[in-house]
This record gives sequence, C-alpha cells and structure tokens, in this order.
Amino acid sequence: MVEESDVRVVRFGGSKINLRPPIISTDSRFVLCTSGDSVKVYSTRTEEWLHSLQGHTNQVTGIALNPANHLQVYSCSADGTVKLWDFIDGILIKTFIIGYPLFAIYVSEKHEGIVFLHIAMDTDSKKEGFQLVAVHLPKSAEQEVEAKELSAVSSHISPNPSCTAFGREGQYIAFARNLQLNVYFFRKQKTYSFSLKATDKKGAKNAFTCIACHPTDDCIATGHEDGKIRLWRNFIHKKEYTYSTQHWHHNAVNTLCFTPEGTNLLSGGIESVLVQWQYGTGNRKEFLPRLGGSILHVSASSDGQLFCTSHSDNKITVIESSFKVCGVIQGLVKGDAVLTDLMIDPRSKALVLNGKPGHLQFYSLLRDKHLYNLDIVQQEYIYEAGLDQFEVVKAAFDIKGYWLATVEERGQKSADLEFFLKLWSYDERTQSFVLNTTITAAHTDRIISMCFSSSEETTMLVTIAEDGQFKAWCQGVDADTKQDQNFWSCDFVGSYHNLKPTNCSFSADSSLLAVSFQEVITIWSPDTWELLTTLCQPPGVIRDLCFGRLSCSKYLISTTTRNLLCCWNLLTCALEWSTSVEVSKLQSDPLSENVAAFSYQSKHTDLFVFKPNEPRPLFTHKNVCSEKIHRAVFVPREEPLNNCDESSQWLNRSQLYFLTQNMDLLTFSTATEEDRMLSSSTRLVIDDSVAVTPFYLLLGKHRQQQQKLNTPSHQAADRPQQPQGSVTITELLHTPAHVLPPASVLCSMFVSSLLISNTGVLQDPLRKEMESSEQEMNSEKEEEDSEGEMEACDSQQELRVQGSVDEVTPKLSKAQERELKRVRKTDFSWMAGLIASKP
Amino acid sequence: MASFKPTKVQFLPKLGEKVTEDTLYWKNYKSPVQIKEFGAVTKIDFSPLAPHNYAVTASTRIHVYGLHSQEPIRSFTRFRDTAYGGSFRGDGKLLVAGSEEGLIRLFDICGRVALRQFTGHSKAVHVTSFLSDGFRVVSGSDDLTCRVWDVPSAVELSSITEHTDYIRALAPSKLNPDLFVTGSYDHTVKVFDMRSGSSVMTMQHGHPVECVLLYPSEALLVSTGGRYVKIWDLLKGGQELVSLKNHHKTVTCACLSSVGNKLLTGSLDRHVKVYNSSYKVVHNFDCDASILSMAVAPDDEVVAVGMTNGVLSVRHRKHKKDKETLTSRRRRGPSYRVFVKGKNFVPRQDDFLVSKPVKQYLRKYDKQLKSFEVSKALDTALQMWTRTSKPEVTVAVIIELNRRGTLKNALAGRNEESLTKILNFLLKHIFDPRFSRPLLTVGDIVLDLYRQVLHQSPVVERQLQRLMEVLGREAELQQELLQVLGILDTLFASLTPRKEVLWEEHCPMSLNNHCVSVSSVSADVCRI
Repeated sequence: MVEESDVRVVRFGGSKINLRPPIISTDSRFVLCTSGDSVKVYSTRTEEWLHSLQGHTNQVTGIALNPANHLQVYSCSADGTVKLWDFIDGILIKTFIIGYPLFAIYVSEKHEGIVFLHIAMDTDSKKEGFQLVAVHLPKSAEQEVEAKELSAVSSHISPNPSCTAFGREGQYIAFARNLQLNVYFFRKQKTYSFSLKATDKKGAKNAFTCIACHPTDDCIATGHEDGKIRLWRNFIHKKEYTYSTQHWHHNAVNTLCFTPEGTNLLSGGIESVLVQWQYGTGNRKEFLPRLGGSILHVSASSDGQLFCTSHSDNKITVIESSFKVCGVIQGLVKGDAVLTDLMIDPRSKALVLNGKPGHLQFYSLLRDKHLYNLDIVQQEYIYEAGLDQFEVVKAAFDIKGYWLATVEERGQKSADLEFFLKLWSYDERTQSFVLNTTITAAHTDRIISMCFSSSEETTMLVTIAEDGQFKAWCQGVDADTKQDQNFWSCDFVGSYHNLKPTNCSFSADSSLLAVSFQEVITIWSPDTWELLTTLCQPPGVIRDLCFGRLSCSKYLISTTTRNLLCCWNLLTCALEWSTSVEVSKLQSDPLSENVAAFSYQSKHTDLFVFKPNEPRPLFTHKNVCSEKIHRAVFVPREEPLNNCDESSQWLNRSQLYFLTQNMDLLTFSTATEEDRMLSSSTRLVIDDSVAVTPFYLLLGKHRQQQQKLNTPSHQAADRPQQPQGSVTITELLHTPAHVLPPASVLCSMFVSSLLISNTGVLQDPLRKEMESSEQEMNSEKEEEDSEGEMEACDSQQELRVQGSVDEVTPKLSKAQERELKRVRKTDFSWMAGLIASKP
Repeated sequence: MASFKPTKVQFLPKLGEKVTEDTLYWKNYKSPVQIKEFGAVTKIDFSPLAPHNYAVTASTRIHVYGLHSQEPIRSFTRFRDTAYGGSFRGDGKLLVAGSEEGLIRLFDICGRVALRQFTGHSKAVHVTSFLSDGFRVVSGSDDLTCRVWDVPSAVELSSITEHTDYIRALAPSKLNPDLFVTGSYDHTVKVFDMRSGSSVMTMQHGHPVECVLLYPSEALLVSTGGRYVKIWDLLKGGQELVSLKNHHKTVTCACLSSVGNKLLTGSLDRHVKVYNSSYKVVHNFDCDASILSMAVAPDDEVVAVGMTNGVLSVRHRKHKKDKETLTSRRRRGPSYRVFVKGKNFVPRQDDFLVSKPVKQYLRKYDKQLKSFEVSKALDTALQMWTRTSKPEVTVAVIIELNRRGTLKNALAGRNEESLTKILNFLLKHIFDPRFSRPLLTVGDIVLDLYRQVLHQSPVVERQLQRLMEVLGREAELQQELLQVLGILDTLFASLTPRKEVLWEEHCPMSLNNHCVSVSSVSADVCRI
C-alpha cells in the first residue's frame, strides 16, 4: 500500500459532454459544456477544444451564463459548490459553498445575485425527491464564500432538469413533474398547477418530459412522452387556461427551446431530427434529419444565430439558424455498453472501440479528441426505441494495423441471430479502412472471440464460436485457379471433442495457437494444423488466455472461472505455478513481459502486475475501483519514461487504461508524469482580437512574448507596426488551411508585412528584429527575477480585477475602460499555475 | 448531417461453377454458325497453311471451307461411296481421303480430279494420313490391315496386319516420318515404326478405340474409346497417366488447342469438354446432336464440330474489336458531349467557386424507405422486372424491412392481386438457399395476417396449396440430405480425423437449421 503514493488512479478524459445543455457564449464564439468534473470550452468555428475549467471535485451538473456579466459562467456540481468562472481566460473567480449535492442550476436576469438550484430532498425517504431552492449569493471579496441563504421555491420537482424553465422576463418559473405542470409567480408568490389525465382515450402517455417558456409572450411549451407538444396559454388565470397540441415526434420529446426572439420553437427527440416550429403559425415546420444519436438538449445563442444540439452519442452539433450544420464536437462515445474490447490502432495509436451504433470510433488518447468514426454496418440506422439493430460486437487489428476484422450482430434477444464477419484493409491513399471481404455465415453460431496472428509475413485470423469450432481465415491462394486472390477464405476448421471454445491466442512469434475448450487448453501449430498438445487444469472453465512476451515467451497464462491463475511452461508442458485469484481481466503488455490482472474480490477490484517467470507480483494496487473490470488495454507511450522506482517501472513503456462498468475510462499515472502534465497545463491565454484557430495556438506563444515586451515599454510610437495588426496576418490566420495559397506565395506577403513601411525609420529591419529579440530575452529574465517581489502587488491587482468584475457597473468611464483593458492584457498564466498547485 | 445510406443488396455467389481464366477463355466464343452437310460429318481437318481452310468429310464428298466463309470454296465430289478421313499434307497442298469402297484418293487442293488412287484395301478405309515426310500416305482399314503407300509411284510400300479388328484411329508422328500410331476396335493402341515394319509399343485401352492423338512433344498420347479418355506416357514405355471419365457416351474425337495445348474431347452425348493441364474439365460446349468429329483451328480462332445429323457447327472466337463495334452500334442515345456538358470546366485562378451540393442518387425503393413508406417500397421491389431478373434486390428490400421491424406493416392490408404477386415470388424462390431465410419469415407473416380471410379467394388458396407442396418436397429433400450426411459421417469417422476436418469445411450451410425451419413453415401451411 505504500507505493500508492507514487502511482495513482486517474480519471481520464472522454467523459460525457452531453449531460447538460451546452451554452453558447453571447458573442457566439465559444460553446461551453459540462464534462465530468470540469467545464469544457470549445470554439464554435473550429470545433477545437480550447481549455477546461477545472476545480470541481465531483461531477459538474449544470452551467449557466452569469446574466450580469456575459463573460462569466456559473457552474454547479455534485460536490456542493457553485463556482463562478471567467471562461475566456479559464480563471476561477469565486466559489460558493452550498453544502448539499447540487443537480441543476438556473439563473434569471430579473433575479440578480440569486441562483436557483436543484438539491435532493432530505434523504429519509428513498424516493427521488428533488427541491428547487433559491440561493442568494453573498457579495464579498473572498475567494470562497459560504452561501447559507436558502429559500425553497418548490419541493417535489422532477429530477429531469429540462422540466424547469423561467418564464417571460423571469416573472414566473414553470416546472413539471409526471402529469402536473406548476407555474410559480414570483410577484404573487403563488403556485398554479395544471394537470393532465394519466392516459388519453387513445392510450397516449401524457407525462411531461420537458418545458420551454416563450421569452416575450405568456406561453409555455411542454413536451410529452407520446411525442406531443402542447402550448399553454392564459395560465395566469387558473381556471381559464388553454392549450393547443401539436404532434410530429413519434417518441418522447426530449427537449424544447424557444429562439431568443420567440419566433421559432425547436424540438428534438429520439428520432434525431431537429424540428423547428414557427411560433404562431400552427403547423409550419422545418426539419433537419439524421444528426446522429437521439437529441438530448437544444440550446440557442443569445442572438439566435446559432443553435446547439447535444446527442446521446456524446456529440454536440452546432447549427446555423439557416438550418445548416456548421460544426460537430464529438466526445468519446460510450453508449450503453462497450461491446468490443479496448484496442489500440497500431498506426495512429488511437484507442478503438465501438462508438455510435454500427460504427467503430478512433479516439486519440493523447489529445483527448475523437478522430473519426468507421462505418462498419453501412446501413441506415433507424432511430426508434426498442428496435433491434446491428451492433459491432467484436473487432481486432493485426500487428501492423493493415487489417481490421469486425463482427456485427443483430438479434441478440430473439432466437434468430444474424451476424457478419468483415475484413477491412487499410488504404494508404484514402488513409482509412476499406471493406475487403464480408463473410455471411462464418460460423453457425455466435462468434465468441477472434485474434490475428502476430507474425509479420502472413496474416491469419482465427475465430472461435459457440458452435464448438474454431476457424482460421487466410488471404491465400485459391487451390483451383492457382491465383492470388485478395479476399479472405477459410483455411482450416478445427474442433476438440465438440466442446465449446472459450478463448484463443497466438504466441508472440505466431508459431503456436492456443485455443481453450472449456477446461482444456489445446495448442496447435498454425503451419501444419496439427494438435500439438493439450493442457488441462480443472476445475473451472478457462476465461482468459495470454502468451508471455519477449523473454517470457515460453509461458502461457490462463485464468479460470474458479479463481485460478495458472502459468504453463510450454517447453516442458508442465504447470510452472498457479495461484488462487479471481481474475476478471488479463491483459499483457505488447512492449514488455508484464501482464496485468484485474481481480474482483469482495466488492472491489485489485490490480496485480507480474512477470510470467516469477509468481511474485511486481506491483499491486488494492481497491482500484469498486466495480468489476472487463476491459483494459496497454497503450504504448510516445516516449518511454525512465522511472527507476520499482513500483512504477512497469509504466515506463506503456500506459494501462481500463474501463469500469460505469463507463469511466481510468488510467494509472506516476508522479513524474503528473509533474510534466502540470507544467504543460499552464495554458496560453487567448487574446480577444484573434479568432481561436489551431494555427493561432501555434503562433500564440511567440505573439505573447512580443506583447509582454510591448506593454511595459511605452515606446510604441517609434516602433514599427506590429505584425498582428497587419491585414495579411489576420487573413493568414483566419482563412482555413485548405484554402490558403501555397506557402511560397504567402512567404513574400508575410515578409513584406514584417518590413517597416518606407516612411518609417531607415533602419535595417533584420537588425531591428534581432535587437527586439534580445530585448525580449532580457525582459523575460527580469520578469523571472522580479517575480517574487511582484507577487504582492499582483495580488492587489487581482483583487481589483475581481472587484471590477463582480460589481457590475453598467457604464465605465473611458479611463476606467482603458485601465480594464490593460489589466486584461497582462499575463495571468502564472496565477493559474499557482492555483493549480495549491491543492 | 449524414446522408441516407441506401439498402445494401447482397450478391451471394451461386454454388458450383468457379470462374477461372480457362472458363473465361473458352466462354469467349460467338454463338455457333450451323452449316448443313449431306450426311454425318466424320472428319474435319484444318490446313496447316495460313488461311487455314478446313476440309470437311461428309457423305460422298469433301468440302473445303474458308475460315469465315459459310459456302464451300472447293469441293471434291468424285466418290462413288461414302468418303472418310480427308486430311491435309503438312504443306496444305495435297489432300488424301479414304472411302467405303476401299479406294484411297489423293487430290491436289486446286484440282478436282484425283491425282493418285491407291488400291489394295479390301474393305472400307476410315482413316488416312500423310506421314510427316509428305511422300508417304498411311491408311487404316476395316480389313484389319494398315498400309503405307508411296505418293509419287502410287505403290504400296508395306502392309501390316497386327490388329485383330477394324482400325478406326490413326495419328502420324510429326517429328519422325517413320512413326505412326493406330487405334483399333480390338481395344489396343499400337505404335508402328516403318523402319522395323512392325509395332514397337502396344497399349490396352480396354474399349474400342475411336481416336488417337499425339501431343506436339510426342511424349503423351491420347486415346479415346468407350466413355474413357486415356492419356499415355510414351517415354515411360506406354504407361497410363490418367483415365478420364467425363462423358456418359462414347467419346468419338479429341483434339488439342494450339494455345496451351488444352485437350478437347467430343462425344456422342453431345458435349465437347475442355480440360485444363491437370485434366479437370474447365468448360463445356453443348451441341444439338451426337458429335463425330471436331477440330480446332491454329490460334484457337475456330472450333468446328461435326455431328451425326450432318450439321457442321462452327464457333468463332470473339475479339475485342468485334465487341467495340457491337457496343458502338448499340449506343444511339445522346452523345458523350451532352453528359459532360460544363462538367469539365476548369475554374480560372481568380474565379469564386460556388459549389453545388451533389445530389445523392437513390433507387425508387430507397426513396420510399427514406420517407418510411414501407408498403410502397415493397411494391416497388416486387415490380415485374425486379422480381424476375433481380430477385436479390427484392429480397434485400424484404430484409431491410424486417430489420426496421416494419415487414408486417408492409405486408398487411393487401388485396388479392398484390398478395398473389408476393405468393408467386415465394413459390419461385423459397427453396433457394440464398433467399430462403427471409422468405420463410415472409411466409409466416403472410399466414398470420391473412389467416381469417384466406378462404375468400380461391386464387390465393390454390397458391398456398402449391406453396405447401413445394415446402413439403423441400422438407423431404432436406431430410434425405441429412440421411446422406449421416451416412457420410459414419464413413468419415473411419478415416483419419484430418480428412473429416477438410470435408466439413466444404459443407456449405447448416442443413440442419434450414430443414427445421422449412418443416415448421410447412407445418403451419398444413394447419390452414
């Protein structure tokens, strides 16, 4: 247990970004969304992840723009705090401690300094009771404030946060629960409630699923489980309310949203069609079909020019008001279950697993970014609840990443199972996988597992199925025509006493194939298809098989369902050692001898890392998590670490990622790695004047230094015009890369923009540049030296910043404005470092 | 926004024939030209010289045809009785033929009258040929003798009587002027050497020999007779190499193609079979009548087959040039210019490009599926042309509907006419192993849906009756197959396990499952 201080379990990226509605900033340049215990900021134009607001210690459950200052955002979390952020610079401004787990946040322009929060009812009754409370946020200059002024607005509200909405100018708040719609008027301090019948005559389900209030009219739109949308009017008088019904969705309406002017109503549901209803014209509507997974949330920007939909496949789509998709932000798709193993694409080193229905997704772990989806099923996906459709259930890569084998299945529930085995080859030209062979009836029953041979010269695929057979597939020579064919065909069918196979594995040099049949391991030679030997160690059906690597390649490790981990020596065909451990997942590192075993015992999972040649584990980590682990993968590092510490040595060449049953992607990280991460996390501050493009991020650092140089020395008068001011540079930065003219053309423009105009001082520009760079270096050094002294004065400055942001002064004098601009331009990145290092 | 993905139509290969280079090569012949002769065509011989005219021996005359002419360019009619075995000399200038009356005539290819007449045989001479020096003629006769004649002097050089029955096959060696091979109805094939004046090799064919043939290397000898084709290795002293039994009637003729020396055999069973170098049949030509003679032109330009009904059927090779003219003749529609109009425009440097969204082309049923009109999509897929010529498209739409869970909706609410269409389709394809699985579900659903109203329509009822018969037959067939499978299993159980594994690999489908599902549906039909 001592080692744990060094190697830690870390939650890795790829968390849900579709939990709560995304927010578009007022200037439509950023999209904010909750993602695990942080808030992520994306650019709407480039779909690039800019930075994340980190500080919460639990799931972030809601975000809302500060109505008083459009550059700030509130976030609430299950850790019981509400935080106020400056999302452009990624600075935490304030923390309000509420003390209860929070589940949603609402703000209204009319109620300044008050946030409305969902909190759980007192936990004595186990029912899902939620309460809507108004919290008065105290005004104080401190960083952390306890907010104790809670006043309940209503109890018994729906746990679904989209069932609560503020009405016109914040005069009332509407919330629905099951079959009841409640409207609370702040002025009258009264709640009116309207209820629907449990079922219609037609047997429709009437329960409310979402609510939206018209921004300028007294009208509430409600969505229902049967797909109807009702528009409620005249609810100010309790008795005389009316509603009109519109019906297009065939499944429940998940979300409703009025555009800011109130001219249109947007709705979305499982069908994955965004519907735009024209307000007040009855039934005129527009559609935007096939957006991806089912639509969970829709939000509109404050100027109504952009819409944002978030989908069940962990995706945010940015849509222009002309109903054109202009951007897609894709997270790691985890769906209901990860059916394939976690795999690493040998080419791109991306994590591969099944993503949105019928697709394999490639996810870059390094950049925490979704790379692309590979359409495996190639069929139209029908968005309908309860429909049994093809899912990718198995996938395997060969060692060079040239071949990909996939199995798709349909009809897991019903009796007639349909499945296809597909083989994909990598096309260098298109840089993606191309379908090579489809095998319709590969086996007569479900395929349990498959693996590619790991030798370099010949690729062979072995599949094992529940029909008791294993088959070897080759892309070989046809016996009849003696011609090389480029498609795959069956080479060998094997079975062992009609027993059901459970797993298969190739040895490191592909000279041996091990197939386990129930309690027996059979060793085959893939060249001659001869059964070489059988190994048997009852009791218990064999679950995992894995050959040792490198110096331990003579060992074969197997785990059984009856808590046994055996290590066989293949030279002597004898049991080398065995131990009694309940292993749920065995994973070997392709780059070293190490094997990781996750064992699930007494409600928590432990990790053992060992080398097959010695029974003593190299590393143990107790209580990794509380769930069983079935998926894990070793990801090769870009550059090996050189840890000498024995406990973390096994992480030097590759990293171990694993997936819990709650679909959390976790990994082990070492202390040195964290240090490195920390140093790189001091991010570049985004300048306001330039749109954020990846190109900008590249150039940004250089620019910053120049700015640093610029601000302290007020000799701007005699200095040449800064490059960023020139039209050429802005053009260069704003045009997308693929429409840019060739670099040779750009170069001359760029250089000429750097030159001083001939009216300026007649000085050699090159020398000037050199001088300036020298100056830059000097000033940097100075800054570093004086950092200690500056801290005091900077903290004052910081206070001032907070003050100025907090007290909202609608009109600033010109001098103040200038001051504010100057303050904003100063570099605070060192402060972010300070904050991060504090806990 | 992703675009609509059209329905995937699966092209399942038909079981059986494998397409190889050879089959493609031999398929590449035009449909045969039929030329009527006066009697059974007993011998066809191609001239070795360039225009490659060919002599056809039928009834009492020998016609010489040009390679592409359908009228004889020359004919030799001075036979009093049936002529036999007209064959060219190596320089293509002389032609020799035997006849029923025992006379052997020698013609100049340009003249009409016989240059020489060799008399001596007492019975019909069926086979004659020049030896490779060109100055001697060898003949085989029904009087059991084999004689060699000198051409300039028209004198009999030697007569050999070693066969004990009619001599009906003869092949001179091309490399050695003193060697020739004869085949006789006494079941033997003999190799004669004129230098010793007797046979040097004798092979037992086992059946009356109809034809002998030497490979160009003269290491291999082919003899046909009975239903057998046998290949002999002369260098190993006449050892039998292979015995082929691919015809089911007497094999009457054999010849070699000039490209790759592929063996062709023709038989009374009206088939010409083409073998590859490992003596597996790669192609099959069908003819109208029993085949008596056959020849392949040099370069395989022409395959000429003579039959008992006096028809000479000539197949010409297809050429790329022909195909081009054919297609160019067919295309009479709008020209290429119309289709590329404006599409090959290259924008200039400072042009502003406004891209037009590419319209996705969808088939009609896909359009209907896109707008969720399931019944209409099924109707479209069941249109006459689709269901007859492309049943896999219809089945693909059915599978797609089933996947969407709307197959029942699409099948419901149909009138007698459209239901008949569906049932007709089922009747035609339900036992096709490629389609049976989805179609059985269709049958199930149709029965479920229309159970109550079926007896209102006699037409539908009759069709269901037929469907039941078809399924019953199929179930019986499957049962028999399973029995055979069981028998084979016991057989293979006694063999090595390795063999068993190989065999299972070739077993194409699980017959078992199939059988069970077939019988369940037929049981359903019975209940109604």
